Amino acid sequence: MSETHPPHDEVVRMTGITITFPGVKALDGVDLTLRAGEVHALMGENGAGKSTLIKALTGVYRVDAGGIEVRGEELAFDGPEQAQAAGISTVYQEINLCSNLSVAENVMLGHEVRRGPFIDWRATRREARRFLQRLHLDLDPRSMLASHSIAVQQLCAIARALVVDAKVLILDEPTSSLDKAEVAELFRVVRTLRDEGVAILFVSHFLDQVYAIADRMTVLRNGRFVGEFRTAELPRRELISHMIGRTGEALAGIEQQARAAVTSHSSRETPLLTAVGLGKDGSVQPFDLALYPGEIVGVAGLLGSGRSEVARLLTGADRPDHGEMTVHGTPVRRATPLASLKRGVALSSEDRKREGIIGDLTVRENVALALQASRGTWRRVPRRELDEVVQRYMVTLNINPPNPNALIKNLSGGNQQKVLLARWLATSPRLLVLDEPTRGIDIGAKAEIQKLVTDLAADGMSVVFISSELEEVLRLSQRIVVMRDRQKVAEIENGDDVGTGTVLEAIAASGESA
Amino acid sequence: MTTPTSTPGARGADRGLVLLRRVADHGLLWPVVALVVLIVACGLKSPGFLDVALRDGHLFGQLIDLLRNSATPLLLALGMCLVIATGGIDLSVGAVMAIALAVSLTFLDGAADPGAPATVLLAIGLGLAAGVVGGSFNGFMVAVLGIQPFIATMILMVAGRGIAMLITQGQITTVTSPPFKSIGSGFVLGIPTPVVIAAAAFVLVAVLVRRSALGMFLESIGINREASRLAGVRSRSTTWIVYVIAGTLAALAGLVYGAPTMAADANNIGLLKELDAIMVVVLGGTKLDGGRFNLGGLIAGALLLSALERAVIIFQLPSQTTPLFKAVVLIAVCVAGSPILRDRVQARRLRARAARPVEVAA
Repeated sequence: MSETHPPHDEVVRMTGITITFPGVKALDGVDLTLRAGEVHALMGENGAGKSTLIKALTGVYRVDAGGIEVRGEELAFDGPEQAQAAGISTVYQEINLCSNLSVAENVMLGHEVRRGPFIDWRATRREARRFLQRLHLDLDPRSMLASHSIAVQQLCAIARALVVDAKVLILDEPTSSLDKAEVAELFRVVRTLRDEGVAILFVSHFLDQVYAIADRMTVLRNGRFVGEFRTAELPRRELISHMIGRTGEALAGIEQQARAAVTSHSSRETPLLTAVGLGKDGSVQPFDLALYPGEIVGVAGLLGSGRSEVARLLTGADRPDHGEMTVHGTPVRRATPLASLKRGVALSSEDRKREGIIGDLTVRENVALALQASRGTWRRVPRRELDEVVQRYMVTLNINPPNPNALIKNLSGGNQQKVLLARWLATSPRLLVLDEPTRGIDIGAKAEIQKLVTDLAADGMSVVFISSELEEVLRLSQRIVVMRDRQKVAEIENGDDVGTGTVLEAIAASGESA
Repeated sequence: MTTPTSTPGARGADRGLVLLRRVADHGLLWPVVALVVLIVACGLKSPGFLDVALRDGHLFGQLIDLLRNSATPLLLALGMCLVIATGGIDLSVGAVMAIALAVSLTFLDGAADPGAPATVLLAIGLGLAAGVVGGSFNGFMVAVLGIQPFIATMILMVAGRGIAMLITQGQITTVTSPPFKSIGSGFVLGIPTPVVIAAAAFVLVAVLVRRSALGMFLESIGINREASRLAGVRSRSTTWIVYVIAGTLAALAGLVYGAPTMAADANNIGLLKELDAIMVVVLGGTKLDGGRFNLGGLIAGALLLSALERAVIIFQLPSQTTPLFKAVVLIAVCVAGSPILRDRVQARRLRARAARPVEVAA
């Protein structure tokens, strides 16, 4: 045991981890080292390979190459049980506890105090209370888990990690549904554990939180290892450059060329839509925004920064708690998707599968849905008109296969996206909000959609364009709204002097108010 | 023209094969096969079974009885099918039958002249209104309060018979009203009235659902409720409407079913009919998990159900075993139509075809 002893504080050492899925290299030679008594943040954009790496560490995925050492011992995980036996414990964003059991039952599950074949409930509850107190949590072990807030449930999940004597604790997006006070409480508990010598892996999209709690961070990009850094030595701007993969300067050149394509069609005289102090509790802080006909407004920000939430409020998908909105100068009273459609406001959701396609219906029916809904149940869109609309968009959007009777679930992602665009365009909207319209689709379809967006704006439509790809946002938009930590932090007039650096600066700016 | 498969004869055979494949893949193949088999079997066992006679301008015969008996399950299944399309279920239709009949007969019982056409029309209207109220309650629970349809409609399923009992004040209300009785046992143009009513309801619902956008909305709600909402579909009111339709059709079924006896037996009218209705929907090729639905299949399903009940009598089997035979037919039809089984069979066929040349070569 002593001959392969690593430096005393290294608990987990993953080296050269490679995982291949059919046709995709999800991870390619990634290293990760976790040390006792340290909080380590795993950073990267969507699809960078964070969750794949976590699943390799927790034994859910088998690694194709590379090694995992836990406390100096080489381990080959055959399943999650072995990872757990090695002292690796995970707390997920969605709590994987039983909400209809008591706190004590959840914390002690599988480790109840036994007396012969029976469980000694009194002793079990006493033990549970002891573990909770180690985290300075004063909870009644008999209370139902469901009676507590999500934050407290999460803390119970962490207490459970103590019960199984975890050496490594993985916190996967633990703060995404917590408010500020709850995050502070969570961090207090995390620091307690850290001081007890537990190695903690922390994953979060909130930069401020990462900088508040993490001692070190590992950055991934496109399944590759970018580097390991000490938090104190890595400025935010550099971190974001590492995550996105280009430096602000390198990007500037590309944009200068693309910029010429954006010509300003907007008059900025009478706004199509204005939002004043529009916000929703627990979703996005109140913001002001005015949208003009013929203008493309980009929304930039990291995932979870409140981009989609803005889109949902503008289009009636969510009901605002604060503020006011007017469309064509008329105040909006009923915020529903149908009312928005009738006002000429349409949302293309980022979640194509859950909030977009109706899988078992045909392409024709999927295109027809919103148009038909805006006309009501009883006034059916005449078949001839519908066929004409479907045919037009099949051609202009180049939908493949060009068969209106195909079930949409059998189309590729890019073509599904085009069918959904056709659905919204068929309603002749005056404002089209596109949330990640180019995510997960191939380059060709992406370029087609980008071109469509500029053409639509040239025809006088107002477009809100949300994308994780900064270059795309910069190339298309006349104005860019920057979101951070569910707050609108800046509104940048796009111009020759604006580059990715400008936007990154705004995204990264330390949020005193956040 | 050099390869053997492109000779005209072979091409014709190919086309025949394609047609055969399409028939085989059609969801209604097995229910229709089962129906034909049952009718032929009954005809062989009881020679008079297939005879249809015209007496006093009315059609008579066992096949006509079969049609008449299919009316109630078809009416129930029509509503059930729409509810199932939205991803729901309505367990209360049997109880609603009892309530509607209790309302109608109690009203007739208290009326001065139970035989007067206006009184009978009002009685029918009140019975149907009871169905509208019951359906509205279900729809409210499901669409507005968001209670799971199974539980929400179970409330009325359990409470409904008590309500019917309250209406009849614990009695089995019996009335004499020939016009009312005729909706269950009369004839229109020689055809039994229940058959005419069920056919009219079928056409009405089919037109309502398929000529408007209601059918598409029901399917889209059943497949993906959130995406439908974001596309502007009023999923709440649409879901509500569907339960109201189901309740109204259930009430109509109750009146048609109870009219021949003119006795509002709150405990037994429509007992377990909700399960028959669900079975008809399944036999008709509509999946219970919502989405795509098939109204035409309901006719085949309802006929199959009553043919089965009739067959048990003809083959002189104890009537308590009827549910067993229903179960056997349901299992057989479902297994035959199972996509997994079909894929397996297809895969084996392909393998056999791929293996053949090798054998020839060896």
